[in-house]
Amino acid sequence: MPSNKSVSDAPIVQFTNCRILRSHQLQREDLWVREGKILNPEKLFFDEKGSADIQLDCKDSIITPGFIDVQINGGFGVDFSLATDDFKSGIDLVSQKILSHGVTSFCPTLVTSPPSVYHQVLPQISIRNGGAHGAGILGAHLEGPFISKEKKGAHPEHCLRTFEAGAFQDLLATYGSLDCVRIVTLAPEMKRSSEVIQELTKRGICVSLGHSVANLSQAEEAVQHGATFITHLFNAMLPFHHRDPGIVGLLTSDKIPAGRRVFYGMISDGIHTNPAALRIAHRAHPKGLVLVTDAIAGMGLAPGRHTLGQQVVEIDGLNTYIAGTKTLSGSVATMDTCVRHFQEATGCSVETALEAASLHPAQLLGIEHKKGTLNYDSDAGTGMGTMV
Amino acid sequence: MRLVILEDYDQASEWAAKYICNRIIQFKPSQGRYFTLGLPTGSTPLGCYKKLIEYHKNGDLSFKYVKTFNMDEYVGLPRNHPESYHSYMWNNFFKHIDIDPNNAHILDGNAPDLQAECDAFEKKIEEAGGIDLFVGGIGPDGHIAFNEPGSSLSSRTRLKTLAMDTILANAKYFDGDLSKVPTMALTVGVGTVMDAREVMILITGAHKAFALYKAIEEGVNHMWTVSAFQQHPRTIFVCDEDATLELRVKTVKYFKGLMHVHNKLVDPLYSMKEN
Repeated sequence: MPSNKSVSDAPIVQFTNCRILRSHQLQREDLWVREGKILNPEKLFFDEKGSADIQLDCKDSIITPGFIDVQINGGFGVDFSLATDDFKSGIDLVSQKILSHGVTSFCPTLVTSPPSVYHQVLPQISIRNGGAHGAGILGAHLEGPFISKEKKGAHPEHCLRTFEAGAFQDLLATYGSLDCVRIVTLAPEMKRSSEVIQELTKRGICVSLGHSVANLSQAEEAVQHGATFITHLFNAMLPFHHRDPGIVGLLTSDKIPAGRRVFYGMISDGIHTNPAALRIAHRAHPKGLVLVTDAIAGMGLAPGRHTLGQQVVEIDGLNTYIAGTKTLSGSVATMDTCVRHFQEATGCSVETALEAASLHPAQLLGIEHKKGTLNYDSDAGTGMGTMV
Repeated sequence: MRLVILEDYDQASEWAAKYICNRIIQFKPSQGRYFTLGLPTGSTPLGCYKKLIEYHKNGDLSFKYVKTFNMDEYVGLPRNHPESYHSYMWNNFFKHIDIDPNNAHILDGNAPDLQAECDAFEKKIEEAGGIDLFVGGIGPDGHIAFNEPGSSLSSRTRLKTLAMDTILANAKYFDGDLSKVPTMALTVGVGTVMDAREVMILITGAHKAFALYKAIEEGVNHMWTVSAFQQHPRTIFVCDEDATLELRVKTVKYFKGLMHVHNKLVDPLYSMKEN
C-alpha cells in the first residue's frame, strides 16, 4: 500500500503461492506487479516502505512471461491477408481471443498478396501495448511476395514478385509503407536480395529467410547482411543435404557474425514437423528455437473451408491444406498446445519449452528488456496456468 | 544466565524460534504497543528464521505489531548486493512475513555521514521504547555483532573495522575471495545490546565452542565481547551439543539438568489464533 515515500499511488498486486519463470528456472517466488510492470519487491520494501494492496493466491500455478507469436495469419474467422471493411475489429478480436492461449504479444502475418492488399491493410495495423483487452501488436510480419516459386507452398503464384529491377524501391512500392512492419520473410537467392536485406535491417526490421531454394552459402551471406530469422524451419525450403545443408545448415553454421544469433521458427503442432526432426533442430541449436503457430483464420473454429489470403483452405482436424490438395497451408494450432507438444516431443524442461515461446521471440525482436521475461521493470504481460 | 542445550542445529533453531514466538504473543502487541526485536544475520539464525516463517504461515504468529532492529550492516556494499544484510533480511525473513516496512530498521552502510546514521539508529531504538528481546550470535572470536576483540563493553552503535578472523569467516559468502569481503561495518555496540530487556544468543557448531567457553566460563573481557552478558540480568544462550565441546562437563551437566525448567518457556507454544 502507498506510504508517504511511494513513487506511485497505483495498487500493488502480489501473486503468491506460485512458481515463476526467472533466470531460466522455475523459482518459488512471489511476483509483484504495479501499473503493468514487474516490481522489485526488495526495493519497494526498503526504498518506498511499501507493501502489497492485493494478494492473489495462485494455488501453486506457474507464472510464465506472456507468449509472443511472431507468425500468425489470423484466427477465429479473421484473415489478416484480406482487406475487409471490418479489418480493425477483426484484429481486435484475434488479439483478445489469443490471450486465453497465453499469447500477450503477436505479429499479425500477411501471406503473399497483391500490392492493393498491403496498401489497404498495413495502414490499419498499429503497434500497441497489450492489456486486459487483448494481446499487444508488435508490428506486421510480411511473409512474401518476394519468395521462391519452387517453394511457394500455399502462397498464390500470380502474386509472387522479384526486386530485380529496383531492389528496395520495388519492395517499398509493393508494401506501400513499412511503418508498422516488424518482420519480412524473403528468399535470399533472389537477385539484389543483399541490398534489400541491408536496407531492411538498417530500418530495424527483422529479415527472415523462408520459402526459398537457397543453398547454405547464400543463406550465410544473407545472415552476414543482417538476416536473423528462419521462417518455419524445414518447411518451404530445401531439405537438409549432407553436402549442402541449405538454410537448415544455419543452425550450426560457423559463418554467423560474432555476437549474433540466428533464430528459427518452429511450428510444433505435430504435423508440420516430425518430432524426430524437431528434436534434431532443438539439439543442434536450442537457444535459437522460436515457437510459432502459423495459425490461419480457421483456428478456433469448426473444421471446414476458410480463406488464407487469396487461397481457400480446408481444415480437417489439425491438418490444414490448400483445398483439394495435400499442400500444407498454415495451422490451426494454438500457442499453448505448441508449447506442450514441443515439451513432450523433445522431453525438454518446462522452462525450456516456455522460453521457446517467450524469451526467444523477445530476443529475436530485441525487446527482451521489456518482454519475454519476468525480470524487474519488464512489462507485466503474464500468463498463468498449470503445465503437466 | 540460562544455558539451553539442544541436541543439534535444527532443535536449537526450533527452541529459539518457539521462545521468540511465545515472548511476542505473551506481550500481546497491538496498535501503539509494539514488541521490539533485535535481529542477527549469518548462517546460525537461518534455521530459527525458517521456523518463525513457518509459524507465521500457519497463522500462529503475526509481525504486524513487531518492530525490528538489525545488529549491523557492511559499509560500502551496495544495498542490493546479494551479500548485504538488507538482502539477507529481505530474502530470509521480511519477504515471508507481514512486518510493516516502516518498522524494519537496518543500518545504512552507504549513508553519507556514517556516525550520524549510527546516532540516528540509537535514537530510533530509544524512541521505540528500547529493545524487548535482542537476538544475536557469536563470532569465532567471541564477538557480538561486529564488536571485535578490543571493543569497549560500554560501546554504542558506531563504525568498526573488521578483524581478520571475521573477514576470514565471511569470505565464504564472497566466493572465498578475501579481497571482495568488506572491511568495515556499522554495528550496534555492546552497551546497546546490554540495554535490551532480554538477550538471547544463538551458538551452534563446534567451531564456536571455544568462543562459548571464553564467553561464559572465563571472566568478562573485552577480547571476548559476548562475555559482557554475564552482567546482564536476563540472558539466554541457546546452543547445540557441538557448541558445548569446550565447556566443563560440570557446566553442561548442570544446565542439561535444568532442561525441564527451560522447556516450560516453550511448551506450551502459544498461537495468535487463540486470541
